[in-house]
Amino acid sequence: MKDRITGSEALMRSLVNEGVDTVFGYPGGSIMPVFDAMYDYRDVFRSVLVRHEQGAVHAAQGYARSSGKVGLCIVTSGPGATNTLTGISDAMLDSTPVVVIAGQVASAVLGTDAFQEIDFVGITQPITKWSYQIRRAEDVAWAVARAFYIAGTGRPGPVVLDFTKDAQTALVDFETAKVDSVRSYIPYPTPSRSAIEEAAALINEAKRPFVLVGQGVELGEAHEELKAFIEKGDIPAARTLMGLSALPSDHPLCVGMLGMHGNYGPNYNTNECDLLIAVGMRFSDRVTGNVKTYAKQAKVIHIDIDHAEINKNVRVDVPIVGDCKEVLPMLTELIDTALHKEWIESFRKLNAIEDEKVTEKALNPGEGALLMGEVARKVSEATGNSAILVTDVGQNQMMSARYFKYTKPHSILTSGGLGTMGYGLPAAIGAKIAMPERDVCLFVGDGGLQMNIQEFGTIMEQGAAVKIILLNNNYLGNVRQWQELFFNHRYSWTPMLNPDYGLIAKGYNIASRLVTERAELDDAIREMLETPGAFLLHVAVKEEANVMPMTPPGATVSEMIFE
Amino acid sequence: MEKRLYTIIIYTENIAGMLNQVTAEFTRRMMNIDTITASSSSLDGVHRYTISLWGEEDSVHKVTKRIAKKVDVLKADYYTDNEIFFQEVALYKLSTPKVLADSEISRIIRHSTARVIEVNDNYTVVEMTGQTDVIVSLYNDFVARGCMLQFVKSGRVAVPRASQEKLSELLFDEDYKRHIKK
Repeated sequence: MKDRITGSEALMRSLVNEGVDTVFGYPGGSIMPVFDAMYDYRDVFRSVLVRHEQGAVHAAQGYARSSGKVGLCIVTSGPGATNTLTGISDAMLDSTPVVVIAGQVASAVLGTDAFQEIDFVGITQPITKWSYQIRRAEDVAWAVARAFYIAGTGRPGPVVLDFTKDAQTALVDFETAKVDSVRSYIPYPTPSRSAIEEAAALINEAKRPFVLVGQGVELGEAHEELKAFIEKGDIPAARTLMGLSALPSDHPLCVGMLGMHGNYGPNYNTNECDLLIAVGMRFSDRVTGNVKTYAKQAKVIHIDIDHAEINKNVRVDVPIVGDCKEVLPMLTELIDTALHKEWIESFRKLNAIEDEKVTEKALNPGEGALLMGEVARKVSEATGNSAILVTDVGQNQMMSARYFKYTKPHSILTSGGLGTMGYGLPAAIGAKIAMPERDVCLFVGDGGLQMNIQEFGTIMEQGAAVKIILLNNNYLGNVRQWQELFFNHRYSWTPMLNPDYGLIAKGYNIASRLVTERAELDDAIREMLETPGAFLLHVAVKEEANVMPMTPPGATVSEMIFE
Repeated sequence: MEKRLYTIIIYTENIAGMLNQVTAEFTRRMMNIDTITASSSSLDGVHRYTISLWGEEDSVHKVTKRIAKKVDVLKADYYTDNEIFFQEVALYKLSTPKVLADSEISRIIRHSTARVIEVNDNYTVVEMTGQTDVIVSLYNDFVARGCMLQFVKSGRVAVPRASQEKLSELLFDEDYKRHIKK
């Protein structure tokens, strides 16, 4: 027999049906029936009351990216909904599966400027994979099933459900729904056999092949397939920022990180290789530098699940549209066992130049103020290089991404596409909740920490044992660096007067320690990791230090500067 | 790159908010849509948009791909004018007294492919189907005779020259179903 229940209860059962175990959210007028229904599900869902709706989405992103599951947030209409927009945009650009359910005014008053009414579907259509208004309790089961299916399949992304208040309270004969196909949507295109053969032929002819590894490898869980592919072909591989943990840092064929602040070897050799093989990456401008001078000498193979990425930024000779977990083994089968010893060695030689000019000084400065790089490397090593790195945005992001080491999949959470300051703290909370057995280390600057510092409250309430490493330089450091390099040292709006972060942490019952001297660093890191709960490691770092090396904006990818 | 007139034909599910999703891709690039026609297609529950605009092929290509990848879009393709048959429809409301007073006006109508669909004491409504240049030329003729009261022209409807509509086959194709079941 069917069960006659409210739309809100139907939502609860539909979420259970999708295997939801955690809800990040914030209640309000237009979503009260849903939160009321959730009161009976306290033992089913972990309820994470954030302190601002932006935090809810970033936390859901952190949950999703660290676990591979779909993250969920539930917020109210109007301001609750608009506060999620930054997180939704972030999830769209970084292909993160999240479902945002927002309350909406009753359908009878839609379009009347009712209290806390906003056209949420209209606003979110350009920044979601799918955005839908549920106006009838009958549609709840189907809409939720479709939302989770769309968010989590193919190239993942955010989905919005705008849930009118009358639909939340209306009664429905509930039946669960399952969505495993949408006729207008092909999440996993079948790769073209001929394209794979063509690509294999190019690889077998190439003298200097080079693999670019993106987040697609992580999203497709193709870590082993990637290794098998590059190992058989003996092809050096570099990762994008988003794909750093797709290939372990210490893999013999791993030649570093791409991008504006990536490593010299991979950036320089992008313009030396004769074949670029891009796997699940989208040739972001932060990777290509000046696209007009990017890898013009090379043939390009682009493997991506999203057809619209092909030829978007870089001209491609052989596109392979498909899931890299499926494509890579097909390619591996067709390529010859090869050796590219000299070519791989050329990356090492170039990286050695960077080591000498930049890395050595960043990791072992000997004297003077603490530097971000040495802190990041020490924290990484203290966790056995097995922690999840969460970054905020700016210098803290680039330095921690550069100097962390990655040994496990899903070990870097960062806002790569949107570059959202304030992402880090809530994302770290989400990651720790999803993966309680892993160390979660957040690197954040004094600017970004204050953009969502209210989430200290969520840490306190949830007992989320996030290790927060605050790299405090009393500046908006990345902007200051650009002002130094490109705006004639005019530090407009970048120096910051900071509060006493230890006092703030204390207010939220978060243990903390301030480190100003190099000699204290090891002990402070040990204390941080040994402390059972959350910890704020406040490191006073050199105020005017720059992230190097750097491909200046608009420059050719190979033209990195070192100071 | 050279700007040309392109026609983009899009098939979508017939649901509220689709037009907004489609046009948002143009807004994002500040590409100005010249004409747009939206209606149901020959397939049940499938809507069809025909959009014409001036643009460079590279950006038209990219915007078409991004529209095609939207979840509720079934298919999107772009064409140049020599790859499609296309027509527009125009209505001209003319002053009946002026039409009666000036025999040249009825001669113009007779020598065109236009037809008269309403005549009363005040006004005469003329309808013509054709391509933009012919429609505009007739408009100019009426304006020159001083008889024009109102004028309206539709966006274009178009069918590709190349082949028959493949969408219905696509939707029921076993291979396609296999993709989407995965």
